[in-house]
Amino acid sequence: MSDWPLLSTVVFLPLVGALMILLVKGDTAIARRNITNVALWTTVVTFLISLLVLSQFDADNPGFQMQEKADWLGASISYRMGVDGISILFVILTTALMPAAIYASRNSITKRVKEYMIAFLVLETMMIGVFCALDLVLFYLFFEAGLIPMFLIIGIWGGQNRVYASFKFFLYTLAGSVLMLLAVMAMYWDAGTTDIVTLLAHPFSQQMQIWLWLAFFASFAVKMPMWPVHTWLPDAHVQAPTAGSVILAAILLKMGGYGFLRFSLPMFPVASEMFAPLVYTLSVIAIIYTSLVALAQQDIKKLIAYSSVAHMGYVTMGIFSMTQQGVQGGIFQMISHGIVSGALFLCVGVVYDRMHTREISAYGGLVNRMPVFATLFMIFTMANIGLPGTSGFVGEFLTIIGVFQVNTWVALFAATGVILSASYALWLYRRIIFGKLEKESLKGILDMDAREKLILVPLAALTILFGFYPAPIQSITAVAVENLINNYQAALSAADKLALLAQ
Amino acid sequence: MTTELATLPNLMPALPEILLAIGAMGLLMLGAFGGSKTSQAVNGFAVALLIIAGAIILLGTSSTVTTFNDAFIQDPFARLMKVLVIIGSGFSLAMSVGYAQVEKFDRFEYPVLVLLATIGMMLMLSANDLIAVYLGLELQSLTLYVLSSFKRDSVKATEAGLKYFVLGALSSGMLLYGMSLVYGFTGQTSFVGIADTVHMEGVGIGITFGLVFILAGLTFKISAVPFHMWTPDVYEGAPTPVTAFLAAAPKVAAMGLIVRAVMTAFDPMDLQWQQVITFVSILSMVLGAFAAIGQRNIKRLMAYSSISHMGYALVGLAAGNSAGVVGVIIYLITYLAMTLGTFAAIMSMRRRDGAVERIDDLAGLSRSDLPMAVLLGILMFSLAGVPWMGGFIGKWFVFSAAIEAGLYPLAIIGVLASVVGAYYYLRIVKIMFFDEPAPAFERPSSELRFVLVVSGLFMATMVFYVGPIRAVAEAAANSFF
Repeated sequence: MSDWPLLSTVVFLPLVGALMILLVKGDTAIARRNITNVALWTTVVTFLISLLVLSQFDADNPGFQMQEKADWLGASISYRMGVDGISILFVILTTALMPAAIYASRNSITKRVKEYMIAFLVLETMMIGVFCALDLVLFYLFFEAGLIPMFLIIGIWGGQNRVYASFKFFLYTLAGSVLMLLAVMAMYWDAGTTDIVTLLAHPFSQQMQIWLWLAFFASFAVKMPMWPVHTWLPDAHVQAPTAGSVILAAILLKMGGYGFLRFSLPMFPVASEMFAPLVYTLSVIAIIYTSLVALAQQDIKKLIAYSSVAHMGYVTMGIFSMTQQGVQGGIFQMISHGIVSGALFLCVGVVYDRMHTREISAYGGLVNRMPVFATLFMIFTMANIGLPGTSGFVGEFLTIIGVFQVNTWVALFAATGVILSASYALWLYRRIIFGKLEKESLKGILDMDAREKLILVPLAALTILFGFYPAPIQSITAVAVENLINNYQAALSAADKLALLAQ
Repeated sequence: MTTELATLPNLMPALPEILLAIGAMGLLMLGAFGGSKTSQAVNGFAVALLIIAGAIILLGTSSTVTTFNDAFIQDPFARLMKVLVIIGSGFSLAMSVGYAQVEKFDRFEYPVLVLLATIGMMLMLSANDLIAVYLGLELQSLTLYVLSSFKRDSVKATEAGLKYFVLGALSSGMLLYGMSLVYGFTGQTSFVGIADTVHMEGVGIGITFGLVFILAGLTFKISAVPFHMWTPDVYEGAPTPVTAFLAAAPKVAAMGLIVRAVMTAFDPMDLQWQQVITFVSILSMVLGAFAAIGQRNIKRLMAYSSISHMGYALVGLAAGNSAGVVGVIIYLITYLAMTLGTFAAIMSMRRRDGAVERIDDLAGLSRSDLPMAVLLGILMFSLAGVPWMGGFIGKWFVFSAAIEAGLYPLAIIGVLASVVGAYYYLRIVKIMFFDEPAPAFERPSSELRFVLVVSGLFMATMVFYVGPIRAVAEAAANSFF
């Protein structure tokens, strides 16, 4: 079984599930339940197989593992798959959250269930593919193709203003990515291949690095999203159905950070060093500005969306500090944010399914009727703030430590974001959960049922586990990140020598 | 001289064309004497003739042969493009069967005219001499003028035909003027002769003028900006099967002709024609993207869409390298498939009280006819060039050729225009999937559904077999390098 293409199985299994759903006929209640069950089992099996990948993964090996290769477009552009310490966690994050997203849609989605599940399964294939692809063209293919199902998910099953949100999401992301496409082509002609492993060792000229870095930045900054190109995110989040918001926040946003780690830093080190101040500035603005914007929101989902932008600011800041703590912290923050923001959107979904509104003012005093919900929501709120003992703390702390070694001012401003996040998150919690239960509409509200608990309790457990014991994540990323930083420093000193020689 | 005329030239390389010409005349007789009852049989025979001609091309030798004093060339490039043209014509004919019955369109002249136009296109693709270019081009154009006003009683169709004819005549005039300049300054009409003369004598101002006029005449045929004015009106006015035909095969043929002309006859003048092609390409991409946004009629929208797609194909040509020609070929393959599929869907837009062609008539199609909505959706994403779909692959090859040639501004403007263009393709997806349903369409005929399924699946799965397609395109492109 050792030569069985395990990664391709993980990537394409959801597609197989989607084809099976295609064969289900009819739109009766039974057909709908069958469709949901097929989708759920597909994602669960995919998750189990991805755990098998994790069990075979050797954390001490800094290179790519479980590589697969097949001819596709000749020798230079081919089908290459593989994972390393940076990407494998995102694969697991994706496969782990998908069953939760599908299970959460079980009751809330009643129309066009078949198309909905197919869209999600196709989306899962594309997302896992992004993290496994070891060929630039293949990466781009997965990266962009995910737009199609997400566009449909927002547009068909979204809220009031869904058309605007779906167009904004699609066109913003596409506009960023087409420039990356040109950069991919330029790299292809320069290096003669789009094999990522070869490209990681290929020295691009300094002039070229700058342009390539900017082109990649255009794409990843939109995807991340970084201030000032973040405006698609609140719209998309608010309008998307619950599961769509979960996937968007938990996984799609991580593609930007992953892209920085996989391409921008190792392939264009000179340009990365040069543009690091720009990234710091944008990150700090994102942390402070979007936290303030979050304070003013009336809509729960919008508030969480803005807090996501702020949290992604820590990620970019940590990654570009290029210190062991900063980069590892950035990855940790992404994983933690994936769990926490996904869970927060699921929590919003819980109350939205009951009340059909996301207005903060429509709630209040929920603790009286929904004690379990109040407890779980509190855990995730605390993690969102970055309270010690939750996974949110570890990521923020490490990224700030990392950037402190490089630039203390950036660390100072970033730390104010921690305070701001506490103010908007606690205030949100107070307005929804505490107070007297005065509104008539809330008097009959029921606490979470077994299905909702089954989704959220494991996520809460992970949040606390990683808060106290981050080692499982850190030990997987450590060697790969160390390797990344060493190569980066080596490339920088080589470039410096070259510059000295030129003088 | 007399002996030369007395010996018959080698006819074998032109066998498919000769076969089609004799067949077309035979079918004309059949129709003329058999009356209107024969129209379906004529259509069937015409498709069969096209299939035979295609088979002859595919099974014949793959080497380069010339005949008629080198005026006619049959090389791998010509063969591949001819097969594409035959596919385009054949599918257009097949698609018209059901439509013809309902719309009282079933006259035997239609298949015959399509066959004649196809012969013209094949001659264009094999033309290796300015005279041959003009003969092929006019045979094609004259039949297309007639075809676009085929519905004699419709004011719109007559207007379309007239507009097309007047502007087409103007472009032919420019083409001829350019040819006469080239002939005057080189003393040659054969492509090889022109290239040799320019190579020896250098590029003068006169021949440059000739080149520009020739390109102006030819870009009219692919409806590239600034010679695109006729396209929306003709697309809208002509009967829909004719529009489908106009949008597919003639574009491939004219593009093939431009490629051959600039790659052989004007090869030594690449600096000159690259400027022209780059300029035309940028204008087409940008105008096609912006002008389509406001359209409400889906045929007009497809007109602007085809303008911008010709712009993208020209990006590959502007690169002027072997990768660029490969890109043009692959782009044309995807363009042909997408156009035929989209028009199959447009021809399926029919309610009890007749055909409809407003974009809003597609509203909520995903609920009344999900398979059609999904397939048309695939084609729309493909036209927009979103990855995974075939349209992206075409864009990849043309833009990567432009990057290789260092044409960065062209590539950047091009991809940004494609983002603008994505908006109106997405709008169609939005109307089909997000909006409340309009009344359902009548059940489309099976041949329309077949074409839609084939092209939709081809675009959705093309990523899996780009390798072989690329190999074929490279073999064809090697005709010039």
